[in-house]
Formats: sequence, structure tokens, C-alpha cells
Amino acid sequence: MYDAVTLISVWAIPAIIVFIPLYAAFRRVPVYESFVDGAKGGFDTAIQIIPHLVGMMVAISMFRASGAMEAMVQLLEPLARWLGVPGEVLPLGALRPLTGAGSLAYTTELIQTHGPDSMIGRIASTIQGSTDTTLYVLTVYFGAIGIRRTRYALKVGLFSDLVGFVAAIAICLLVFGV
Amino acid sequence: MVNWIWLLMIVVSFVAAAVNGRMEAVTEAAFEGAKTGVTVSFGLISILVFWLGLMRIGEDAGLLRKLAQLLGPMVRLLFPDVPRDHPAMGYIMTNMSANILGLGNAATPMGIRAMQELQKLNPDPATATPAMCTLLALNTSSITLVPTTLIAIRMNFGSAHPAEIVGTTLIATAIATAAAILADRWYRSRKPPASMPKSDDPAAPAA
Repeated sequence: MYDAVTLISVWAIPAIIVFIPLYAAFRRVPVYESFVDGAKGGFDTAIQIIPHLVGMMVAISMFRASGAMEAMVQLLEPLARWLGVPGEVLPLGALRPLTGAGSLAYTTELIQTHGPDSMIGRIASTIQGSTDTTLYVLTVYFGAIGIRRTRYALKVGLFSDLVGFVAAIAICLLVFGV
Repeated sequence: MVNWIWLLMIVVSFVAAAVNGRMEAVTEAAFEGAKTGVTVSFGLISILVFWLGLMRIGEDAGLLRKLAQLLGPMVRLLFPDVPRDHPAMGYIMTNMSANILGLGNAATPMGIRAMQELQKLNPDPATATPAMCTLLALNTSSITLVPTTLIAIRMNFGSAHPAEIVGTTLIATAIATAAAILADRWYRSRKPPASMPKSDDPAAPAA
């Protein structure tokens, strides 16, 4: 099953790259011209994202360097113990929506320290894999089209992160036993 | 809410830096962060240019419309205010497919392209429409069939069953996505429709 899935992910992209132009050629689309025409917009879109991403990255980078992130992590650990959850994984819930690179680093560290097949390793893997970095996705998607008023989008994203986080812990405890 | 979180992070950083005596490090980090923002954006250029070009071929060939028709009923349920023949539908479909297959670097350009199409339906270009919020919700909770990065890391550290987290991840991500859709529905139902977005924005509960 795992082999089949990796095979698909290896073949999917090249297959798409071949299939789309081939199909279009049959429909008499001037494929190369079409490609260049569409590709033109890519540069401007990427440039549009810069101010949004710079703003977010500055804040996150400062947050990490000031020691505020460590403090948040330490603050959360006793709470986790009180809840009967391995304390080490709780900070991941706070890191995951903020920084993809940061939470991946933290997950890797947990896996390294406690072993990939420990409960902590399994829970951390599940949390890291089950959602995307909400703040980054919001910044890039809305930044690309110049949306400044994001309304309730962030709240929905953070809420679903929280639900996913709790679900990940509960499922792991259930499936892999305490 | 973005405004508050952003401000909070900066203020807390300043206070924490003062307490920990890390003022210099924080100054450096601010400019380092700015550089990262630009680097990441530049990294997106090649990906965006390539995928947007390829997808234009698909659009010109009528492939996107086909895809939208094929998988339309479900998406129409999630995006009731987007006309069924609108190109946005096709891009939303490709974005969701790329997410599910774990094709991260294809999913982002498709999502941005879908956002650009949704922007054409937006009466107020600075404010997100409900459809945009729904698309964002689907992407932040992104359903992924196989978390390849995590499996690779687990292999690296000698896991006996590196892929054993596929099942738990799938259930967790499905629950997170369901929560996102429900929350999105709830907000949609209590906000005025997209045709009059201006009235409520400044007053939207920020806390």
C-alpha cells in the first residue's frame, strides 16, 4: 500500500506535465503560446506576495529570537501534564499554525529524542502531518490577490487547527494504546 | 484578527527581549525575517510561472471545465455563490486534487489562481468574500493522503513502521477539515452575503 502510494506521487507530476499539453494539442490549442501566455502572470503574483510575507516573517522571526516562543513552550508543558497528555507535544499545537519550518524542526527533535515509534513520536508525526501552516497559507493566498481585510478566515483556520490537534492526540492514544 | 496577532507577536517579542536581554538578537532577527520573506517569495516565482503556464494550456483546452463538471456537485455545495461554469471552479478542483495527492508545490499556484478567479467576482477587492474564506479553510486544514515528509523523517530515525501514522494522520486531517467547513458555514450564516461585504467589516468582532 505504501509502495503503491509513493509510486503514484513519483509519477503524478510528470504524468500531468505530459498529459495536459498532449490533450490540448489534440484540441488544436497552440500549446507553447498558451503556456507562455499563462506563465507571464506568475512573476507579478509572486512579487505581490512579498510585502505580506515580509511582514509575517519579521514578526515570527522576532518572536522566536526574543525567547518568547520558548517561554510559550515552557508555559504549556505543565498544562499538558495536568491534562494527562505527554507534555512535550503540547507546544507543537501552538507552533504548528505559526511556522511550518519551526514546527517541523520541533517535531524532528521530538522524534529524535523519544524515538519515532514512541507515543510522543507518533503523536508529533500525526499533528505535523495533518494540517498546514495556517498563517503562511493565509498570507500567501490572500497576499497574492491583495486582500487586506481577511474577515473570519483566520479564526476558522485556527479553530480547525485546534480541533485537528486534539483529534490527533485522541486518535493516537486510542489507536496505539496508552 | 490578523492585525491583533501580528501586533501581539511584535509587542510580546519586545518585552521578552527586554526581560531576556536579547535586544540585539531581536533586531537582527527582524531583518533576517524580512530577508526570509523575500527569499520565500522569490522561491515561489519559478513554481508559479511554471504551473500557471501549464494550467493555462489546460484552461485553453477546456480541461478545467471538464474537471469542474466531473467533480462539481460536491464543490458547488461548498461554494454556493460561485457560478457553476465559472473558471474559479476548475481551479478550486485542481487545488483540492493537488492537496489530496500531496503535490504541495502544485497546490499553492492552483490555490492562488483560484483566488484570482474568485477576486473577479468580488465587489470589494480589499475584503475577502465568503468563497475565498471557504477555499482558505480547505487549504489550511489541507487533506493529505500521505504525509511523505513525515514518513521520510521517521525512516531516517529508524522507525520500525514509518508509515503507521498514515491512518491516524488521515483521520485527524479529515476531522480538522470537517471542523473548518462547519466553522466556515457557521460564519457564513451569520454574516451578510458577499454582495454587500462592506457594511460589516470594521465592526467584525476582532477578538
